Amino acid sequence: MAEIIVQKLRHIYSAGTPFEVAAIEDIDLVIPQGQLVAVIGHTGSGKSTFIQHLNALLSPSSGKVSCGGKDINESKISRRDVKSQVGLVFQYPEYQLFEETVYKDIAFGPKNMKLSEEEIDQRVREAAGFTGVDEELLDKSPLELSGGQKRRVAIAGVIAMRPGVLILDEPTAGLDPAGCRQIMENICTYREKTGATVIIVSHNMDDVARIAERIIVFSHGRIVMDGTAREVFSRAEELVEIGLDVPHATELALALKKQGLPLPEGIYTHEQLLSSLLELKGVASC
Amino acid sequence: MLKDITLGQFFPGDTIAHRLDPRTKLLMVTLYIVALFQAKGWVSYGILTVVTLSCMRVSHISLKNIFKGLKPMIFIISLTALLNIFYTDGTPIVPGWIITWEGIARAIQMVLRIVLLITGTFLLTYTTSPIALTDGLEILLGPLKKLKLPIHEMTIMMSMALRFIPTLIEETDKIMSAQKARGADFETGSLMDRARALLPVLVPLFVSAFRRADELAIAMESRCYHGGEGRTRMKQLTMAGRDYIALLFGMLLLAGMIYLKRLGI
Amino acid sequence: MSIIKFENVHFTYPGDQMESLCGVDLEIQAGSFVAVLGHNGSGKSTLAKHMNGILVPNEGRVLVKDIDSADESRLIELRRKVGMVFQNPDNQIVANVVEDDVAFAPENLGIEPKEIRRRVDEALKLVGMYELRRHAPHLLSGGQKQRVAIAGVIAMEPEIIVLDEPTAMLDPLGREEVISTVTRLCRDKGMTVVLITHHMDECVGADRLIVMSNGNIAADGKPAEVFADMELMEREGLTVPETTRLLYDLKQRGMDVPLTALDVDSCAREIVRQLRG
Repeated sequence: MAEIIVQKLRHIYSAGTPFEVAAIEDIDLVIPQGQLVAVIGHTGSGKSTFIQHLNALLSPSSGKVSCGGKDINESKISRRDVKSQVGLVFQYPEYQLFEETVYKDIAFGPKNMKLSEEEIDQRVREAAGFTGVDEELLDKSPLELSGGQKRRVAIAGVIAMRPGVLILDEPTAGLDPAGCRQIMENICTYREKTGATVIIVSHNMDDVARIAERIIVFSHGRIVMDGTAREVFSRAEELVEIGLDVPHATELALALKKQGLPLPEGIYTHEQLLSSLLELKGVASC
Repeated sequence: MLKDITLGQFFPGDTIAHRLDPRTKLLMVTLYIVALFQAKGWVSYGILTVVTLSCMRVSHISLKNIFKGLKPMIFIISLTALLNIFYTDGTPIVPGWIITWEGIARAIQMVLRIVLLITGTFLLTYTTSPIALTDGLEILLGPLKKLKLPIHEMTIMMSMALRFIPTLIEETDKIMSAQKARGADFETGSLMDRARALLPVLVPLFVSAFRRADELAIAMESRCYHGGEGRTRMKQLTMAGRDYIALLFGMLLLAGMIYLKRLGI
Repeated sequence: MSIIKFENVHFTYPGDQMESLCGVDLEIQAGSFVAVLGHNGSGKSTLAKHMNGILVPNEGRVLVKDIDSADESRLIELRRKVGMVFQNPDNQIVANVVEDDVAFAPENLGIEPKEIRRRVDEALKLVGMYELRRHAPHLLSGGQKQRVAIAGVIAMEPEIIVLDEPTAMLDPLGREEVISTVTRLCRDKGMTVVLITHHMDECVGADRLIVMSNGNIAADGKPAEVFADMELMEREGLTVPETTRLLYDLKQRGMDVPLTALDVDSCAREIVRQLRG
């Protein structure tokens, strides 16, 4: 079990100088094992600072983060161990590839965990499988791959540690629509097969609406909304006010409502919008 | 954190020292250094110290800033002092001791020389923006272009390096975090282990630096860059009255030091 | 009047087997806003890099007004007419003060200092970065950096501005800043704008949309018409705007709606009209 509990988390940058700023404040939340959570917020809202606390890359100025019932900042050892329990994939992770071969690069994490050779081999192949990295690519240099392939190798490098919690910071940034779709599918497969918790930071509201069970909205270092897609996107006007996008379907539904169509609240996917409209049409033609 | 490193160390301000033309300041520092090496006796050092302190006063640079900058040099300064104390012949302070009065005097003078030298160059970099500095340097070294020396290329490389230092520091931070998230350990282990641990940071950093250089070159060419020939500048450097007065002052200082050297004080 | 003309352009990157452009013919009208859409490796960036002579055709030719891009003696003249903005904002800013960076191109062109100052101020005002002219670029947001890069290009006073995936690395706010800036340049200043992108929403406001696929032009027309060809878009692995997709699905289920109502409001109007009968 790797339930994450965050209590009164607060992080201050440049503490003790005139430039002191609170990046995040008053963060309290529980993320149960296996949930698929999306974290949204504009740049500088504190969401990146927040996720780096979940695997002890940053330590809280005050407050507590625990994973599986243990305070992750308790000791040097717990800070190290949490790195393999909570895998963090940064934005543009392909820039961190460094080994001569794809295989070695994916093996970097498991090797740091001091696993046996066979165990490492098994994990590398398994992670490559999850992310759709072909066997024949494993012996190539990462530099020879295309942008989308590099991204998937980098994600495999984190998955190979078999984290119970997988966090991804804008995993699809800069990819074309086909590349985006593939990465999102890979991530969902990993979750289904392993039951891992997945936390995705994203600006793509259509993706968020489609896959997330729970959406957490950051603004000015605080959590301003936390709920299901239906709950969050039915507050579309507020989202727009804090400078965030809403799913295209929500935007269109709002415009239709403004024109006087009696659509239900909380539409956030194409399918919902389509079926609501067809329902209205059915009523109209009766 | 790497981000806390301040490079270029320019303190923006609006004192007369900030307003002086960078060329003037570069020339003055040169005159100052030459004058410093003329100093032989206590009178000369005394005058130089007073001049330096008043320059600091004028540029609103506090002793604290200077000491901060001197910190990394403490080892060299102490070593110089010790060597001079122990290896100068003369009258021992206590008969039979190796330490001599001459040694102590010499040590003080040498330390003073180094400190004054560093302070002088700090005054230059603290009051002059890196861009102004490279601009001034390019114009001052301009005549060397006739000797086919790549002055323009050298100065544009300098300013480009200054431009990319913050970007690369930020990138290093990011890569380090990413590798730490994969369990990399930069803090423990033997020296050899730690050096090896840097590989996962340095390799991506180099790869990205080359990519950046490549893209930057294309972007520069797209903006019609074709070397220094026929280039103009938006910000023209102009020498004002204060620049000439400052230069005159610098030359007087040097002349005075040469005179004092002949007097041996 | 056409300002850029591709005549049967073929191009293969050195060491590649496949052609990246396979005989492209294309004319771009002066003052128009053209968006180029396509998945990775479709040749859209290669197309852009031919417009200011970064790449020159292996076969065929590219003309900008009367300048042949392969004519080395007129390269500076060509680049002065066609400004280029690239994907990574960090890798195209050369100076460590915003206004010094914008001055870089006019300085290279040997323009009078006073005139450079005028152009720099004007360009910075056009992109809304005048207030931040003395800032260090690395402290700006992605969208702001990209606007500085655009100002740096405008200061050359080009007739055409080509943007090669300028928003790929930006957040939604930054994307919006960049797109509205280039739209304004086209509409108010009469500049020809060529926007390379893989975000379909950014093409909605363009006069013309070109879809690239395997080094060829797969579709070319008004954005609404191109998007309406859902089969083609799907085949190309591209998404279409929610408006078009919804209208398409409604039409499939027997509603008589036009597929070309591209922006949200006109789409909503059409649907309401249909439902009210």
